[in-house]
Amino acid sequence: MTDIPEIRDTVLQYVVQEYLEDDQARVTYDTALISGGYVDSFSMVSLKRFLEHHYQISIPNELASAEAFDSVTKIAALVHELLRQA
Amino acid sequence: MLTSASYEQCCHSFRWSDVERELGYTPGGALNIGWHCSDRICAAGKGAKVALVWEGLAGEPRRYTFDDLRLASNTVGAFLRSLQVAAGDRVCLFMDRIPELYLAFLGVLKIGAVVQPLFSAFGEESLRVRLADAATTTIITQRKHLPKVRRIAGALPCLARIIVVDHDGGAALQPREVAFTLDACAPVRDFTVCPTTAESASVLHYTSGTTGQPKGVQHVHASLLTHAITAQWVLDLAERDIYWCTADPGWVTGTSYGIIGPWCRGITQCVMDKGFSATAWYTFVEKHKISVWYSAPTAIRSLMQAGDAEVTRHDLSSLRHLASVGEPLNAEAVMWSQRVFGKPFHDTYWQTETGGIMIANYPGMHVKPGSMGKPFPGITAAVLDERTGAVLGAPQAIGMIAFKPGWPAMMRGYWNNARAYAEKFRNGWYVTGDRARVDEDGYFWFVGRNDDVINAGGHLVSPFEVESVLLEHPAVAESAVVSKPDAINMEVVKAFVALKAGHLPGSGLELELMNYVRKKLSSIAMPQEITFVDALPRTRSGKIMRRLLRAQEWGVEAGDTSTLESD
Repeated sequence: MTDIPEIRDTVLQYVVQEYLEDDQARVTYDTALISGGYVDSFSMVSLKRFLEHHYQISIPNELASAEAFDSVTKIAALVHELLRQA
Repeated sequence: MLTSASYEQCCHSFRWSDVERELGYTPGGALNIGWHCSDRICAAGKGAKVALVWEGLAGEPRRYTFDDLRLASNTVGAFLRSLQVAAGDRVCLFMDRIPELYLAFLGVLKIGAVVQPLFSAFGEESLRVRLADAATTTIITQRKHLPKVRRIAGALPCLARIIVVDHDGGAALQPREVAFTLDACAPVRDFTVCPTTAESASVLHYTSGTTGQPKGVQHVHASLLTHAITAQWVLDLAERDIYWCTADPGWVTGTSYGIIGPWCRGITQCVMDKGFSATAWYTFVEKHKISVWYSAPTAIRSLMQAGDAEVTRHDLSSLRHLASVGEPLNAEAVMWSQRVFGKPFHDTYWQTETGGIMIANYPGMHVKPGSMGKPFPGITAAVLDERTGAVLGAPQAIGMIAFKPGWPAMMRGYWNNARAYAEKFRNGWYVTGDRARVDEDGYFWFVGRNDDVINAGGHLVSPFEVESVLLEHPAVAESAVVSKPDAINMEVVKAFVALKAGHLPGSGLELELMNYVRKKLSSIAMPQEITFVDALPRTRSGKIMRRLLRAQEWGVEAGDTSTLESD
């Protein structure tokens, strides 16, 4: 099964590539993505779709909250848990 | 204060000339919003009063007094003049909610140029279309948005200057680009403000319609009169208030009531430049002792979703008056607000085209939860029969919301689009495109729009724009875009897509199309869901029947389908 560090790297790379225009922006595993304004609530849907497509999982809407998606670390934990349950 | 008892009397006695007198404006004389929001307040002895408290992602809040506003806007104005930016030029502000955005807004107006604020999350196509339409000569932006601007600059021959407010001397600037660091400039103390008149162009906001490209809504300096009086009577702003308007100045609320309304009255306002979270918002209210809060239903519903416990963790006793705008405020949200804050959110209704608040629930009046409220004194409002255009006088009759033209903040036209402007009027009324009913007490109740425009979280999205971008994708043969219900945003964008031969539907392509629209237009315009279909429903004449698809999404009757091609 994919481990958390690997998920973290994949998600961080995707976030930087897709949502950040500023190549000088410093985004880390723990940067606040939603409350920090890097990813807005509308864009969150495409991030959720990416995770579902890439990891072939289904993320229930009740788990796809702004809090659960607020950092790469939190996202990786959520994805890891869903993969574990699959 | 407007109360239920005094409302009729205020409507009867209201005169715009009284507002003119209060603002020291003599008809026919000079009128400049930039000057009124800074120099005039300083001249009244309030130069040392805090005008702006700004808080970003990190660090301590920054504070600017009204004298700081005056000097900074002078400095911006002088810099623009040094670059030969002239009165009447369109100057786009393409920035996040950083202090420079607010200061440049006043500076551009002070030289008589036209401010064109654009939402910084716009994708390159949204940006290009709006800059090309307005023949914008100058854009003021941040380093982080520069790559986006550079990608389209070649297609914008009128764009002569790209001003970067936070260039750190790192990557080299390209032709047309110029660095401007406000903090590093010597403040300009003596500045000749352009003597604009009431009818001089001031702000150009773009809005989306069902068909065609977005339209530039042209406002003038006279709009100040509307903003000043509604800020007082509707938002209840008074000398000692600390005010927070959560709207981004890329949209009309963020300029009319996030800049002009409070500052022309000398009110302290706070700005938070970071993403949404209930904790962050309540902390902001508590920390800055916000007393008047103007927000949007989408945000209020998000706060509701965060739960009551989060409210109780904060001291929100500073809150005195709450108001809302952008989309209909549902009754549940009003009642929730009453329960958790001890006061209701007061819904207000207006549009980019009206420039200022037209219908509202007033501070001293009885609030009917779910109602839009009553017309502002000085405004004549009615609902019109959709077929004949006649005024519907009977209570509860549903018709189109319309206003008698003549209020100061009313748009003076759509930029370069006289025909679209003329189409907004019927029988001497400005017709909004929204439908409502009026109850026995004169309260307006929103019913819906009478077109296909999607109101996603308070932002209008043109289905035509989204469909056009989808069609540019090599896999898409045809598309139809409609609204879909959403618990938080009221409605969001949903796309139906038929693919070209050789392309297969799937989650990978769905994601690709979502990101394609997001980057070209904006995240708000991005379909939150895409359904792949073999073909779209069409009339026998070939027109896509969006109505049918929308009805399917909302679970309502589709109405007359006799013209459906497959019938």
